[in-house]
Amino acid sequence: MKRAKVNQGGDLQEYKDVYVIGECLDGRLHPVTLELMGEGRKLANQLKRHLGVILLGDDMDEALEHLQDYDTDVIYHLKHPLLKDFSTEGYVKVLNDFIRGNKPEILLIGATSFGRDIAPRLAGRLGTGLTADCTKLEIDPADGKLLQTRPAFGGNLMATIICPKNRPQMSTVRPGVMERAHKLGEGKAHLVTVIPELDAEDIRVALVEKKPPAKKQVNLIDARVVVSGGRGLKTPEGFRLIEDLADVLGGEVGSSRACVDAGWISHAHQVGQTGTTVRPEIYIACGISGAIQHLAGMSEADYVVAINKDPEAPIFKVCDYGIVGDLYEILPAMIEDYRKRKEEADHA
Amino acid sequence: MNSIVCIKQVPNTNEVRINQETGTLIRDGVPSIINPDDKNAIEGALKIKEELGGTVTVITMGPEQAKAALREAMAMGADRAILLSDRAFAGSDTWATATILAAALEKIGETDLIFCGRQAIDGDTAQVGPELAEFLDIPQVTYAKEVSVEKGRVRVTRYGEFGDYIMEARMPVMLTAIRELNEPRLPHVRNIIGAWEKKEIEVWTMEDLTIDPTQIGLKGSPTNVFRSFVPVREKQSEIIQGNTPREKAALLLDRLSSQKLV
Amino acid sequence: MNFDFSDAQKMIRQTAQEFTERYVAPLAAELDQTGEFPRETFGRMAAHGFTGIGIPEEYGGSGGSDIEKVIVVSELAKKCGATAATLSIHMIFPAVILKFGSEEQKKKYLPAMADGGKISAFALTEPNAGSDAAAVKTTALKDGDHYILNGTKCFITGGGQADHLVVFALTDPSKGLKGLSALVVDKGMPGFSIGKIEDKMGIRASETVELIFDNCRVPAENLVGKEGAGFKIAMTALDGARIGVAAQALGIAEGALEETVKYMKERVQFGKPLTALQGLNWYVAEMATKIECARWMTYRAATLKIKGEPYTKEAAMAKYNASETALFVTNLALQIHGGYGYMKDYPLERMMRDAKITQIYEGTSEIHKVVIAREVLK
Repeated sequence: MKRAKVNQGGDLQEYKDVYVIGECLDGRLHPVTLELMGEGRKLANQLKRHLGVILLGDDMDEALEHLQDYDTDVIYHLKHPLLKDFSTEGYVKVLNDFIRGNKPEILLIGATSFGRDIAPRLAGRLGTGLTADCTKLEIDPADGKLLQTRPAFGGNLMATIICPKNRPQMSTVRPGVMERAHKLGEGKAHLVTVIPELDAEDIRVALVEKKPPAKKQVNLIDARVVVSGGRGLKTPEGFRLIEDLADVLGGEVGSSRACVDAGWISHAHQVGQTGTTVRPEIYIACGISGAIQHLAGMSEADYVVAINKDPEAPIFKVCDYGIVGDLYEILPAMIEDYRKRKEEADHA
Repeated sequence: MNSIVCIKQVPNTNEVRINQETGTLIRDGVPSIINPDDKNAIEGALKIKEELGGTVTVITMGPEQAKAALREAMAMGADRAILLSDRAFAGSDTWATATILAAALEKIGETDLIFCGRQAIDGDTAQVGPELAEFLDIPQVTYAKEVSVEKGRVRVTRYGEFGDYIMEARMPVMLTAIRELNEPRLPHVRNIIGAWEKKEIEVWTMEDLTIDPTQIGLKGSPTNVFRSFVPVREKQSEIIQGNTPREKAALLLDRLSSQKLV
Repeated sequence: MNFDFSDAQKMIRQTAQEFTERYVAPLAAELDQTGEFPRETFGRMAAHGFTGIGIPEEYGGSGGSDIEKVIVVSELAKKCGATAATLSIHMIFPAVILKFGSEEQKKKYLPAMADGGKISAFALTEPNAGSDAAAVKTTALKDGDHYILNGTKCFITGGGQADHLVVFALTDPSKGLKGLSALVVDKGMPGFSIGKIEDKMGIRASETVELIFDNCRVPAENLVGKEGAGFKIAMTALDGARIGVAAQALGIAEGALEETVKYMKERVQFGKPLTALQGLNWYVAEMATKIECARWMTYRAATLKIKGEPYTKEAAMAKYNASETALFVTNLALQIHGGYGYMKDYPLERMMRDAKITQIYEGTSEIHKVVIAREVLK
């Protein structure tokens, strides 16, 4: 079996610069690309090196034009008709050839399902170490190596990983954590088009069909964010507001038992003793008093936010952040503010 | 249709608690389980066996206690179980682990499907499956949420953040299973008793495998742990102040944003 | 003296726990309300080999013994006393056939009772024959190659759902108990009908019915063992069944304690969780200690039975003790939950209602004390 090896004692000094691999599939530039560029710039500056962004695909003028406004030294467009659609082996082959040729010391990829598909394969082919799902990256001032910090044990432990003897040091980076790259102005970054070698025989998995996103089913158990409504909503229409906030935050809608009993929402959304027990990262309880039966269903949430008119409501005793106020004023304000922040971030 | 399923025995991280005083993990008394995604992989292989015949071999790299995981897989219906165990394997990162598994799979010989779980709940890397496929030079499809075998080809619905992809591959192919793939069966009592009383587990060591020793174990791992720490969170309750709903909403979003929650 | 469970037993327990979480717990409250027999759950229990525990593999069973029965029944009982009772009582018939049946009967009934998913029942009790089993009046008079069954049985668990029942009747009324015999009756046999379906305080999803035999013709080959062996068969069966009830009571108590621990950590009064209150902590200590005792007494009785040693006294003690424990624990658990314990939102009131029957059926606590005293005073 012919394969790469690690710790071969090559000259690490040959490897310079920070490269990030952007993700642009089906014409959609994944926001993590800008986050990788932002982080990459930070690292490149500390190392006094250059930052390069790699995009794979065929014709992708729109994405490239968009990226050129952002802070990077160079954009490499690996262009080939066979790269138009995602394929593990297509992407890994061309990236392997390119990286071996250009020898960056650091290579970052977004920890999306696609990033995490190709990164280990690429690391395996390049003969180097890979650290998954990094939430913090730093340069060790002592010797310039990359310190890659990431969660393990389901988030119960943070580990800082190093790759001392092999290059490039590869990391997949968790989306939504790093700061995005700054906009410098129109078309400042230098664009280089590379035509890689790639044949149809190199790709052994065929993409047969792309399915549009399916209609979402209620999935409280896996939800990272749950926004719940209670009796304080006063009317069933209040759940539209709850849904809006949940949509905007990418979460699921929950409910106290009172609303389900009143027929305002189906039992599938009920959180509590006689409903579902949820363990989200953030639970936002709107107009919910915090009766023990409800707490039984959400006390395991990492963060609890409570919004209620009644300052004496028991929910305030178990929340991390609370607002005493009218949810019909607070929620719209939150939604609007959040939308504005997101827009600013997208256009930054 | 022969499948090989690579599994890992892991501590049940849902039950791991933090010692707030020392800032360390309390692992005592935490039960060991088959990594959940790996159970989906086992179930996936068993379903294919039920449909098309063949055998299911389950393999794991681990210490002696990992045999319990293999027994559970056999109780579910796996035909053959192999434990890869040797002191030389200790301290292996994903590169080294994939190297060892690849050597074992080469020894087992030709197979149609290699099934892995997407990600282990202790390491959380999701790297071993693809690295293994790379070393064996076989194609891969990850994040499998539906798998069917038709006319000698494997058809996989692969999860994507913005919509699924349907992919097709010839065999052999490596698949990584996610939770949505299936609901792993609970073993029949007869098979549980049989797994312990009747079935044998093969144990392979360095002597049984052809491995470059420079590519495995602590020394052969390209990545090392520099340091680790337990994130301890002080639970503080804050009632957000403000003169208007807008102000309060803004402050709340600031707080949540600083915690990287939104 | 090894108190450890084997690896296989630990895995069986883990499987029973997951099974209970997945299939049993979500239905418990609703089944209690409707009193509906858990047919789907029973089918699943058969599919996972629970119903075949104690039946050897050569007869299509799962293997295993009374230890595995206690493990599975107690795990089920933690979340649903009715489902646990249904399984535990179903297991009496195969035990009878295994010990006293002919080879043909074993081949005919045992696979059906294991993976086959057929349901069975044990029919001894009559309106005038509860603790006083000798007062049985149902007759089974020989007529050619049939027995003609006449009489009524009451409070028969699963009797309305059962595909096969073992019915105790007098083949020779002049001999009293020495004339009692055991016969297998099948569902739908002409002359066999279901009478009243009881509306119970607890284990409501476990169906309890009246059986009416009116010139019911039962083939002679359905006789289990010899004529006149009925009383011995019944008593042997009950000895084993007692262990099952002890397991059920144990599980109910364990489930109630688990709920209490969770509640005490979550419920805040006087600015602190209930775990800060010493008085309540003392209750927890009492509950846990009694459960520990019930647990090991039950497993010990099962162990003696498996070894073929006399176990009547230990089984009676285990059942009597476990049922008292179940009442004690569920009552206290409900009390600790305060007003919430009284509400149907929480399972405590159901657990307490489910616990009560364990002091009564398969021999009342009073009968058991008679049995125990007799053994001790021998």
